[in-house]
Amino acid sequence: MSDIDSPGVTAVEADPEAPEAGPRPKSLVLNMGPQHPSTHGVLRLLLELDGETIVSAQPDIGYLHTGIEKEFEVKFYQQGVTLTDRIDYLAPLSNNLCYCLAVEKLLGLEIPPRAQWTRVMLTELTRLNSHLVWLGTHAIDIGAMSVFLYCFREREEILRIFEMFSGQRMMTSYFRIGGLALEPPRGWQKPVKRFIDVFPSRVDEYEELLTNNRIWIGRTKGVGTFPLEDMLDLGVTGPMLRAAGLKCDARKAQPYSSYEKFDFEVPVRTENDVYARYLVRIEEMRQSARIIKQALEGMPDGPWTADAPHVVLPDRDKMKTQMEALIYHFKIVTEGFRVPAGEVYQAIESPRGEVGYYVVSDGTAKPYRVHVRGPSFGNLQAVPRMVAGTLIADVIASIGSMDFVLGDSDR
Amino acid sequence: MIPEEIKALPVVGALTGALPESIVSGKAGRGELTLEVAAEKIVAVCEFLKNEQKFVRVSTVTGVDWYPEEPRFEVVYHLHSPERNERLRLKCRLPGENPEIDSVTGVWRGANWYERETFDLFGIRFRNHPDLRRIMLPEGWVGYPLRKDYPVTGDRV
Repeated sequence: MSDIDSPGVTAVEADPEAPEAGPRPKSLVLNMGPQHPSTHGVLRLLLELDGETIVSAQPDIGYLHTGIEKEFEVKFYQQGVTLTDRIDYLAPLSNNLCYCLAVEKLLGLEIPPRAQWTRVMLTELTRLNSHLVWLGTHAIDIGAMSVFLYCFREREEILRIFEMFSGQRMMTSYFRIGGLALEPPRGWQKPVKRFIDVFPSRVDEYEELLTNNRIWIGRTKGVGTFPLEDMLDLGVTGPMLRAAGLKCDARKAQPYSSYEKFDFEVPVRTENDVYARYLVRIEEMRQSARIIKQALEGMPDGPWTADAPHVVLPDRDKMKTQMEALIYHFKIVTEGFRVPAGEVYQAIESPRGEVGYYVVSDGTAKPYRVHVRGPSFGNLQAVPRMVAGTLIADVIASIGSMDFVLGDSDR
Repeated sequence: MIPEEIKALPVVGALTGALPESIVSGKAGRGELTLEVAAEKIVAVCEFLKNEQKFVRVSTVTGVDWYPEEPRFEVVYHLHSPERNERLRLKCRLPGENPEIDSVTGVWRGANWYERETFDLFGIRFRNHPDLRRIMLPEGWVGYPLRKDYPVTGDRV
């Protein structure tokens, strides 16, 4: 890792003018990114090569650092929700959920079943959305163009569902502290049902294109392996761990938002290569579809926000007729709501692994400190371990199998 | 002082048995356990928790700035044991003047970037860290943005 700081292509020890051609240049430092289509965002990798073999790799991150954790500290708790969308822009609702759960834990709020189930359903749709983007771009990186188009066809349906619920396709901010932002729209069941009825057959389509495809298998089987102990040591979470044989899923281990009421499996493989990670995510899509179906069929009735007028904005109608509602609205909007002093760490299973929000309250209406544990940050740390000693042609497949989002790692 | 009900917990009992005086205080609430560790003992405590108590993962390491209180900084470690299905929070308090603590990268290599991030944004130095550089901000950046005396808006001084 000696001369790895110099950007661009640098031949170390290479000097063609040297009187006697000594030993061949030993290593070459190749700069990959930050503007590289296969790094999915602004990741810069410095690869030290010996021929085609990677001697060492050094990720360089921070290009998307926007100081979100600092910004939390100057906003009211309820305003923080909009920041969480922008952390992992492929799984905004997972981040909404985790932040809301953390603050609700501090407040001791009871969330009504209807809101919890809606949250589960939309979070699982988010997982599908994220996995579809991953599958499409991962396949494109490896050379299978058409999968991308199919994946984005289904993703479009999901984004339409998000738009129907929240008015936004990507930055939804639909989960709020105490429940949901709006009542689920009338007739939401129809498009969700239409989508979820065909979706499993769409997954079959992707599998037809890839699972037994000789090129796909050749590019992914046995690639990107490294031991499970190293993964745990380096902070890897999510499908990567499950493809290495560890059944570790926060939805089962420490259920939140009534996940314990749903019947689903956590797929696990033991091969621990890019292909196994692909199979795990494909199976996760099928399982998410099962959860969504259960949520659709068993959606409870009732209120969609907690009974906490000091936290949840009142109904528009009540504001026009009731003095108290108007006062609460005014107070929440102008001075926020106080959250009891204390600290919580809430972890959930996002499409990429463990998302954690560490929220410290000092008893005021603004968080004293919010720390976001993004799964991509932990996963990216394992890149040097994963690609060291492998061929440069496998780097794209390997890092693609991590499924990171740079906004999530840089915050 | 460690409250009695926390002393009774198996993790805490084992820790105080093996490393007396390593735990300064403890707190349990909302289903979460927090232990305040004497800063000079952090590596020993982490090694014990990893090797004897199966906390094989460190989820995150971060800081909290309690300016203008003294000791000003807290370094917060979130540990996770998938096998025991438990989480544990460790804390160390550091003074505002030259905040320094031993790095736990020798225990979990994954602490590397988290400590770099804490150094970058809080200016807390980690002794024996293999590569203590800024990670989010450019190398020439002045100041540590997550400190409470670092302004959110306005001109840079």
